[in-house]
Formats: sequence, C-alpha cells, structure tokens
Amino acid sequence: MVELGVAIVATINAMIRFSVPITFGALSGIFSERSGVVNIGIDGMMLMSAFTGYMTNVILSQPGVSASLQEDPTRLGISLAVALLTGGAMGLLHALLSIRYKVDQIISGTVINILALGLTGYFYQEETRTLGKLSNLIGNPWNQSGSVELKLADNFKFYFPYDIGRILFDKDLLTYLSIIMVFVVGWALVHTTWGLRTRAVGENPRAADTLGINVHRTQYMNLFISGVMAGLAGAFLTLAAVGSFERGMTTGRGFIALAVMIFGNWKPSGALKGALLFGFAMALQNQLQLFGINFPHQLVAMLPYILTIVVLAGFVGRVQGPAASGQVYEQE
Amino acid sequence: MATSATTRPAAPRRRFSGPSARMWMALQGLLIPMLSVFTAIMVGSILILLNGRDPITAFEGLFEGAFLEPRGLLATFRNMTPLVLSGLAVAFAYKCGLFNIGVQGQLIIGSITAAWVGYAVDGLPPVLHVTLSLLAAVAAGGLWGAIPGALKAYADAHEVITTIMLNFIASRFAEWLISTGSTDGKIKPGPLSDPSQTGAIARTRDILDSAKLPTVYTVPPNFSLHAGIFIALIVAVAIAFLLYRSTFGFQLRMVGLSPNAARYSGVNVKRVTIMTMLIAGALAGLAGGVQTLGVNYHYEGNQSLSLGFDAITVSFLANNAPLGMPISAFLFGAMDSGTTRMARDAAVQPELIQVIQAMILMFVAADQIIRRLYRVRAPGFDGAQKRLESSWRK
Repeated sequence: MVELGVAIVATINAMIRFSVPITFGALSGIFSERSGVVNIGIDGMMLMSAFTGYMTNVILSQPGVSASLQEDPTRLGISLAVALLTGGAMGLLHALLSIRYKVDQIISGTVINILALGLTGYFYQEETRTLGKLSNLIGNPWNQSGSVELKLADNFKFYFPYDIGRILFDKDLLTYLSIIMVFVVGWALVHTTWGLRTRAVGENPRAADTLGINVHRTQYMNLFISGVMAGLAGAFLTLAAVGSFERGMTTGRGFIALAVMIFGNWKPSGALKGALLFGFAMALQNQLQLFGINFPHQLVAMLPYILTIVVLAGFVGRVQGPAASGQVYEQE
Repeated sequence: MATSATTRPAAPRRRFSGPSARMWMALQGLLIPMLSVFTAIMVGSILILLNGRDPITAFEGLFEGAFLEPRGLLATFRNMTPLVLSGLAVAFAYKCGLFNIGVQGQLIIGSITAAWVGYAVDGLPPVLHVTLSLLAAVAAGGLWGAIPGALKAYADAHEVITTIMLNFIASRFAEWLISTGSTDGKIKPGPLSDPSQTGAIARTRDILDSAKLPTVYTVPPNFSLHAGIFIALIVAVAIAFLLYRSTFGFQLRMVGLSPNAARYSGVNVKRVTIMTMLIAGALAGLAGGVQTLGVNYHYEGNQSLSLGFDAITVSFLANNAPLGMPISAFLFGAMDSGTTRMARDAAVQPELIQVIQAMILMFVAADQIIRRLYRVRAPGFDGAQKRLESSWRK
C-alpha cells in the first residue's frame, strides 16, 4: 500500500525541483521584456548553458586534470561560471540580432533555439562522466528515527521534523539562489537606477531617450543579464538536478517560463508563484503512481502546457505587460 | 560577382522597367539566400574542423549522398515533400502577420489521423481511401491550427506560445493514443495502439494497402518515391494563387501588413486570423498525412521530430514565397538525405546539419550581416523591400 505522507513529501520536493529552472527562466524573461525585448530564445539559452556547464564539468573530471581543480567547489564553480557566461553570450547574440540587425525578435529567438538544439547535439558525446554534481547545501538536520510520527490514517504517516527538514534543507545552492533572486530582482526593479531605467525603456523608449537614457545600451545589458538568468536555469538542470546531459533536455521549460512570466504579470514575485504552480503540474505527472492512481501519465504530462494556454488566454485574469515590448526602438 | 557590383562608386541608379526589371528583382532576391547558405556551410566547415574531421570529405559525402546516388536523389525528393507543405504552413500564416511555430503539432495530429483512417476504414477502392485519409489529415491539422487562431482572435493569446504549447500537447496526446498501457494491465492501452506490438515501440497498426500513396518511381530492391511530391507542388501553386489572386488572400495580406487599416476597410480581422491558422494547420496536417501514407505507413512516437523547426527555416529561406518553397525544400531535403553518407564518410554527427540550418535562418533574417560581409548593396527598388514584423502584442 502506498504511504500517503511519503507521496506528499516527494511531490512537494519534485514541485520545488521543477519550479527552480522555471523561476530562473521567468526572471530571464522579465529582464528582457521589461526593457522591451521579447525573448523566446530562453529555452535555447538554457539548453546551451546546461550543455557547456555539463561539458566543463566533464572535462575537469578527466583523470589528467590537476587535483586542485577537481575539488568539488572549484570544479563546479568553474562549470557554473562557464554556464552563466554561455547564457550571457547567447543573450548578447539575441541583442545583436534584434537590436543591431533589426531581426524580428521572434525570429531571432527562434534562431537561438534551433542553434542551441543543433550545437548541443553536435558537440555532445555520449557516455561522458563527471565527478559529481552540486551537493545539498545544508542537509537534513533531523533524522527519521528521532522525529515525531503523525499518523492521520492507515496509510498516511508523516514524520514531523524529518519531513520538514527534507523539504526545507535538503536543497542545493541554486534552489536557494532562485528564491533569493526573486526578491532581489523584485526590489531592484523598483528601487534602483537600473530598475527605473529598465522600466522606462520598456514602457516608453522615446521618452526614456529624451531623458538621456541610452535605450540600446540598457537593452544590451538587460539581455546579457537575461542570458545569465537562463544560464542559471540551464546550470541547475545539469549541475544540480540530474547531473547529466541529454539532447533537447529542456523540453520547452523556457517557453513555460515565458508563460509563467506573463502569468506573474511581469513581476518576479508573481513569477515565483506561477513557477510553483507549474512545478506542481509537472511533479504530478511523475508522482501520480506514488499515490496509487492508475491514469495514463501522457495525459497528465499535457497539464502544464494546457495550463500555459489557459493562462495566456487570460482566463485567470487580464494582465498588462510593458507597452513597448516587441518593437525595435529606432534611435534618432 | 557580388563585389564587382559594389566597388563601383555610387553611380546613379538605373531605372529598370518591364520584364527585365522583374528578372533583375528575382535575381536580387536570390542573392541573399544563396550567400546565406554559402556562409552557413562555411561556418559548418569550421565546426567540422573544430571536431577534428575533414570538411571536404564531409561535404563531398553530403553532396554525393544527396544528388549523385539514385537512392539519394530519390530520398531528396521524398524528404522535400513534407517540407514544401510544412514550409507553406509557416509562410501562409506569416503573410497574415502570424508566426506559426505549431507546424510540429499540426503535423503530428495529421499523421496520426491519416494512420487511423488508413487502417480503420476498410473496403474502399484505393483512390477513395487515399483521398479520405488525406482529407481527414487536412481536417484534423486544420482544427488543431484553428485553436491558436481562435485563441488569438478572441482571447488575445499570442500565437507563438500557444502554438508551441500545442506542439507539446499534440505530441503527448499522440503518445497516449498509441501507448501500450502498463504491464500489470491497470492502465489500459491507448485507443489507437497496435495490440500485436506489445513490448516493442509504441505505434499504430500499419495502414491498409488501399490507403498507401502510389509510387511513381522505384530503385531496386525496395526504395521508391511516392506520389506526394506532386501533391506538394500542386498545393504550392494553389496557395500562391489563393494568396495573390483571391479576395481572401488580399484580405489576409492586408491584415499582415496593417491590422488596423484592414479593420477600417471592413475586413473581419478575427475571421481572417482564424481562417489563416486553419489553412496553415491544414497544410501541416497534409504534410503529416502524406508522410504517413507515403513513407512510414503507420504512426509511431517521435517520428519526424525536427520537421516543425525545419519548416520555419525552409519558409524563411524562400522569403515566405509559396513558389519559392519547392526550391528551398529541395535544398533542405538534400541536406537531410546526404547526412547519412556524410556521417559514414567523415564521421560527422548528423546534428551539424541542424546547426547549418539555424545559421541559414540567422543569415537570411539578418540580411545586413550578409550585405556587410559581401558588400552587397540593398536593392534599389525600395518599395519592394518591405519588412513584415509580427508584433508581440497587436
């Protein structure tokens, strides 16, 4: 018989795991859209960063590499940095194409997505190994035997402090960082010069230009950061969540992130809520059998995507994005 | 060729008129795509060198595999068939200012519907059965395409994300339809799964012989070209006619260029949007149906996965012109059929082709890069150089 408490804890953990890359992806979307550039290349940026982060980890794990580089914080730190820079570079490519060469931003994003699929597939070698992924930052401070056992029903057992510990503390660096970033970005958008400029450029580039803000420089910078955020999402996938790479492993998370951003009304705090909701929908697909429910998992797998459409169609309430998003600003 | 035209100091532009001007414009239109393809291949060569392989051998293998072997040439024609149709599905929507990234999903729905009608309907003469299956694929793909159209028209949901989501939904839905169920029997097999295939790859039953597209040419022992290529060419001409010679086509292009102007002149923009996506979806559905009835003879999961993205590049390489689609699809079909030889001769991973295709899309879209690189001046016919921008929120 399935133990319900175990299933619930597992689902919550899976929900958090799925929502981290979506949160970073949504932040990536916020950075670019708030400055007036649509970024549908988030998925490709994620994939590229996931790949370069993983490959760096693989290369540093080779036997010939000096031991000081192979130690856990150094190796993973370098891998993480490479992933973030890759994302940033992809962000700059998007900026170059859409701002300098005036490519339609949707097409530019599509180029990035296809390019990432091709490049990662081309350079990926199967059966590569690493020395390991990011370990959990704190670890569960409580053990199961010493914790209080709550028995609510025959098959519903909950080990009170132990299960709480698993949810709160058994997490890696990037998971905590995603939550911190939500608040940092949310605060910075309102209270810093950068945030003010970004919002001005996204809402009314003409007015911003008149006030002496360099519209294009703001957009370049924001797209770089947007890429770095997508890089964090990608790095989470290969350096923290699974520790390995697969062709096309992002499976549309970047697009879901965009929908989550819209769902969250272009605000980081809203994005976090949206990401948790979508993470839950994704977790459900994996955990359904744990609950002993016999239902085709393929149909449950449709849930996050259907949810995205429902959100986009505004059935959950109207949202209003940055006014100038999607249009190239022509400097005079 | 390109440089000699531009090193000349700024001479007064000749005024062209009449048929020669049209020819010149057509050539000008071909220049950027050709240079884009060339540049993308050069970048591909660098990538091959980076992996320590020989680019000359690789592209020799690609060329031989795509054109010189009889089987290869047939494969090129066979590969280009769905690409013409799915490229049209992108181009048609684009003319209305809509970006249809949903070709993949519409194609999957068309494929599986054709397979279902192909095996479930029995006792029809071949011509009728093929027609019925294709019509079913067209209808199913059209309905799948109309969903994002309606969502755009009535709920203002941007088609880029809704079509991408519908790709994933279509793929999961088809997976369920053909799924074999759980081994303990608690989860039932999907309604279209082949019961004789337990344990193997999930797929539908094979279609009946009467539903197979006739072959037009065979290379022994068992390699043949099906009649789908003719369907694709006829449809390309028909779409060109619909776009440029019909009232609906005029309205559609008007909505694409300026939705507000179209609205003020009495065009029902919502209706045009839905109809456009319906037809685009129908074209993609037809592509899927032709693939099932001509090549695979059944539907199985994850088949023809990259067709959806390829369609976008094919369409943009042809500058979204229906009659350019066969040429652009021919090139892409060739790249696909040559990869096996390329992989065998030079040990280059097939994914390289995807990189080259992405580069082609990038260079075609960012023609300024190409113009700067090869010093090609922008065409003198400024009026002809109109840029269509699908805006994020209209």
